[in-house]
Formats: sequence, C-alpha cells, structure tokens
Amino acid sequence: MSDTGQHSHDHAPRPDQDGPLTYYQAMETAVRELLIEKGVVTAEEVRAAVEAMDARSPAQGARVVARAWSDPAFKARLLEDGSAACAELGIDMGPTHLVVVENGEKLHNVIVCTLCSCYPRFLIGLPPDWYKARAYRSRVVREPRAVLGEFGTEIPDDWEVRVHDSTADMRYMVLPRRPAGTEGWSEDQLAELVTRDCMIGVTLPKSP
Amino acid sequence: MTARFAPGDRVRVRWAHPPGHIRTPYYVRGKTGVIERICGSFRNPEELAYARDGQPVRPLYRVHFDQGTLWPDDQGRANDGVEVEIFEHWLEPAGAAKEGGT
Repeated sequence: MSDTGQHSHDHAPRPDQDGPLTYYQAMETAVRELLIEKGVVTAEEVRAAVEAMDARSPAQGARVVARAWSDPAFKARLLEDGSAACAELGIDMGPTHLVVVENGEKLHNVIVCTLCSCYPRFLIGLPPDWYKARAYRSRVVREPRAVLGEFGTEIPDDWEVRVHDSTADMRYMVLPRRPAGTEGWSEDQLAELVTRDCMIGVTLPKSP
Repeated sequence: MTARFAPGDRVRVRWAHPPGHIRTPYYVRGKTGVIERICGSFRNPEELAYARDGQPVRPLYRVHFDQGTLWPDDQGRANDGVEVEIFEHWLEPAGAAKEGGT
C-alpha cells in the first residue's frame, strides 16, 4: 500500500461473477423471495440472520477454553454437557449438542466431518475451506498423523491420536492442554493463546 | 427409547449398502468397535432427508474403532483410533454376524 492509497497488483484482477445463477442459487433466491412475499420472514430478518452467522468467531470458543483452563469445576461441566456449559457463558448453542473432547497427557484429538462439513459453528464460526475439502475429510481418518504433520503438528509415536467424525447430531470441539508457563494468567490472556485450529485439533495452542 | 447397547459393548456395524441418505460412513461398515457413549435419541436422518418426520427417534451412539481395525494395512499406530456417531439400527452385537467388508 502506497501513500496515494493505491496498491500494486501482482495478481490478475478477480473476474466478476457475471455468469448465470446455478440451480441452487436460483432456488435460494426463489424460496427467499416467496417467504418474504408471504410474510413468513422479513428481508431484515434474513439479513440479520446472515450477519449473526458471520459474526460468530473462534473468539467465543477461546473464551470457553480459557475458562475451562482456569476453573476445574467449569471444565468438568463442559466435558459432561458442552452446550449447557457454554450457555453459562452466554453463548447460545442453538440446537447444537456440543461434545468437548479433552487432550490428555498422551492423547491428541482432532475433528472432521467425513460426510460433509459439520462443525461447531455456534461456537467457533464458519469452517475454513480446507475443513470442507475432500482431501482433509478423507485423509484425516486414514492417515491422521500425516495430515497433522502437514499442519506442522508432530504427535509423538507413543501418544494416541483420536479422530472424531461428526456423522450425525453431535458437534465437537477440542479442549487443548493449557500451555506451560501460563501460571497466574487471566482468562483474557489465556484466550489469546487459543486459535481456531487448535480447537479443531490440527494444531496446539500458541506458546506463551 | 431404551438403548440396546451400553458403553463398553463390542458392536459391529452392519455391512449393508441401502440407497438413500445414509449417515453411516462406508469406511466403518462391517467393522467392529466399542460403544464409547450413548448420545441420546434422535430423529432418523434417513427419513428426515426425504421430508418425513424421522419418527420414532432412535438411539445414537459414539463408537470407538482402532485405526488398525479400519485400515488393516496401517502399521505402527496401534494406539490411534477413530470415533464415529452411529444410529442403533446400524449396529449389531459383535460376533452375531460374519465379518464383512474387508
């Protein structure tokens, strides 16, 4: 970015999307317009729902992890019933049944949905593109250690790697281990170490 | 609905390939695992997918599989595992049927 407010382009401009609507795009528009026309929902409600969906971010999940690291009683409740524990923090999980899986002394958890893209959206926002890609979905159950290695995560041979496939009504979040050297940290400080990817389980939390 | 299986039970996933919207992944069909927990009872997705009511609700389990069971050619990762949600009508007690699908 230069002082003139322009920036140099080292890539071709992204083409405008002037092609015809796909089948499902046309169907979405038709159904949405019908629902609005018939007074079932308003355009403002649709807009607000999209905004709320986009506003969910991994920061919410990070807050839950930081609380679990700080409060053993909360952690116990979180592992027992993830959705109810999140509600304590004012996080509305909607209809989601959240299962929190805790990394252990020699246990590393990682999440996938091999069938589609099930993901704890209410807690950590929309899934990254790679999470929805066939390569991740098919490979992480087949060769999880190789996939983790590509994320820069090396799990020792004598540890267990446990993959959780969200095939039905449960959604999963990994509770990573609290990093060493964070004794006495506040929840806000701890939450800074918690990334989206470590709650999916493809990485570990940041080091202090 | 009363759950047929309890945590710790050994179960085999049916080796079946019905058409339709099935949420039992191919890679666990015919494989043997252990019930990790009962998730509760939920409407049947195989019915919901076709705009039916999905009733009666069916028990849903999380089943733990050893990596070596799923991928027999996988060497040196004896500890690793995969846990999958499976509806009760896809499970049978281990030993009740011939191992298939390998």
